[in-house]
This record gives sequence, structure tokens and C-alpha cells, in this order.
Amino acid sequence: MECVIGVVGRDFAVVAADTSAVQSILVHKTDEDKVMVLDSHKLMGASGEPGDRVQFTEYIQKNLHLYQFRNTIPLSTAATANFTRGELATALRRNPYMVNVILAGYDKDVGASMYYIDYIATLHKIDKGAFGYGSYFCLSLMDKLYHPDMTVEEAVDLVDKCIKEIRLRLVVAPQNFVIKVVDKDGAKVYARREYISDSPPDAAPATASATATEA
Amino acid sequence: MSIFEYNGSAVVAMVGKNCFAIASDRRLGVQLQTIGTDFQRVFKIHDKLYIGLSGLATDAQTLYQRLVFRHKLYQLREERDMKPETFASLVSALLYEKRELAKDFVVSGTASESLYGACESMYKPDMGPEELFETISQALRASVDRDCLSGWGGYVLVVTPTEVRESVIKGRMD
Repeated sequence: MECVIGVVGRDFAVVAADTSAVQSILVHKTDEDKVMVLDSHKLMGASGEPGDRVQFTEYIQKNLHLYQFRNTIPLSTAATANFTRGELATALRRNPYMVNVILAGYDKDVGASMYYIDYIATLHKIDKGAFGYGSYFCLSLMDKLYHPDMTVEEAVDLVDKCIKEIRLRLVVAPQNFVIKVVDKDGAKVYARREYISDSPPDAAPATASATATEA
Repeated sequence: MSIFEYNGSAVVAMVGKNCFAIASDRRLGVQLQTIGTDFQRVFKIHDKLYIGLSGLATDAQTLYQRLVFRHKLYQLREERDMKPETFASLVSALLYEKRELAKDFVVSGTASESLYGACESMYKPDMGPEELFETISQALRASVDRDCLSGWGGYVLVVTPTEVRESVIKGRMD
């Protein structure tokens, strides 16, 4: 089942998600990107119904771009979160989007912030959070190991510990993850954690040994 | 599971002598999982009017936004704040419910039965602000400690003609 993890550090936020696209017992692909870069300084990690996930995140991304075209300034993270919640809430009692979202962004005046928005449009500002079966393992890990003002290395180390736990303890666990970071310099891919790859055999061993995490 | 028990909540309000207090717990959960311990359930409409919304968190947020919208429109047209009785009529109309005007206290949420018992035994009429604060805090704490879906601290607001006092109270964090 899909896992999305988010952690806020000192002037940055980390959003990580698994990269498996699964249907019933079949893994279609192992490099599906579920953390969308909404604009230069926003990340939206989403989990849920695959069609809804892509549709909804693209819809939010395009509306964000439209706002920026019309008003020449980007929407703030808080406003984006409230807009996202509004769209989910409006659709909830007609044709709900089955998508859970962790939205993280960096604003010059506020710094880094992160919002938890579940599929029934419950909005809450958080410092750490997770969705999916992985959350049963990650949330308590984060409660124990998180502290405010972490550095990027410390935060990614925390995310790595969460990933390790998911791989170890979750039956039918997703193996590959993508970790993205948003800070004052923008939103980008920080790292990938891959155990298994569906790309050509030459590439696979190199990837597995170079980026697989160990204790 | 009932939608009223999905997120977990506890809200209580009491009337004192020329003052009132409103309090809520701070837990936001998704069934058995706790998502946050600083969730806001008591919202300000204007300086002398607060509303506590228990139940499904998404609906509480939506309802709060709709109520603020309606109140701001009212302020623009009438150039004054809404009276609490008027606001209560607005809320009851939105919820299709008949409102009941209580003279002592009101309770709501997953811990409502415990809250009824605690308030009934601890409440007395015409309490001053300090005594009201103590009473409502103790009533809230005692009730949410017996309810697994609410708790993780409390948020208490005491309003008098001259000031508004907000406090966060610490309870069992479990």
C-alpha cells in the first residue's frame, strides 16, 4: 500500500513517497513519482486511487500556475493548502477524490511549512506526518526521533529509518522510494532509495548497491 | 464507525456571572490513529462570540468557513456584530436542527456522556471567571481521560466584558 512521509526541518521540508504502481497483485512499475512539484517552492506527496491522484494533483498544479499567470506572484503554501482542502471538500459530497495529500512548501516570510490533508478534506498544519499502512510504523518513529530545527541530513536520516522500518515490517511493502526536499532554493529530488529496478539489468546492480540503505 | 466518532472530539461551554467559558480537547485522530495534538475546535466569530464544533473535522472546518462568511456579510449589511441568539438561529438553520438555549452548560463530542456527568456535578450558577476556568478545565479533563478518542490536552477560553483569556491545559497525553 502507498506510503507518503513528510518532515519539516530548519527552513526546509522533506516529502518522501514510495514509487510503486500496484494493481491487485501486480506491480506495474517501480518508478512512479507520487511527489508532485507543484511550483518552484511546493511539493505535494499524494497517495490513493491512482487515477484520482494524478488527476487531482495535476489539477492543483495547473490552478497554481494559472494564479501565478494572472497575479504575477505565486500562491503561498497556506493558501495552497486551503485551496486544496476547498476542492476536496466541494467534491466530497458529489464525486469524492480518494486522494490523501501531504503538502509542503517554503515561503520567504514564513519559512518551511507542511499540511496534512486527507481524502475527506480534513486540513491540519503539521511538522511530521505520514499516510498509508507505513504510517503505523513511521508516526511513532518520528514522535521519538523528531526534534524541531533538524538539518537536512538529520531529517533524511529520519526518513531513511522510516523507510527501513516499512521495508522490514510491512507485508507486501513497497521497496523503492523517492525523497524530495523543498527549501529556499526550490523543490527538487534529493535522493532515491531503490532495492529493485525494472530498468535494464546492467543498471540494476549499480543502483541497488549505490543507493540501498543499511543500518 | 459513525462519522461523529471518526476524528474524536470533546467540546464544553459554561455560563458564569457576567462571563462564559468554552473549552475543547486538542486531539485530531483518524479512528485509532492520532494525527495531531494541537487541533483547533473553538473558533472566534467576533469578540463576544465563539463557537465550538465537535464531530467530523472536515465538516467542522467547512461549517466554520460558511459561518464566518455569513457573519461577515451580516457585518457589512448591518454594520454591527451578530447577537449570540441570532447566530444560534443561523447555526440551527444551517444544521436543520431546533436549537436549545441552555442557561448553565452545553456539551458535545465523543466524550459527551462523561461531560454531562462531570458538568452536572461540578457546575454551580454565577461563578466568577477564575472559578469558572477551574470548573470547566476539571470537567473537561476528567471526561476526556475516560474517552480514548479525545484528549491530548485542552484548550480553554474565558470571556468577560473586559478581557479574553486563552489557556492550554495539560492532561493525560494518551
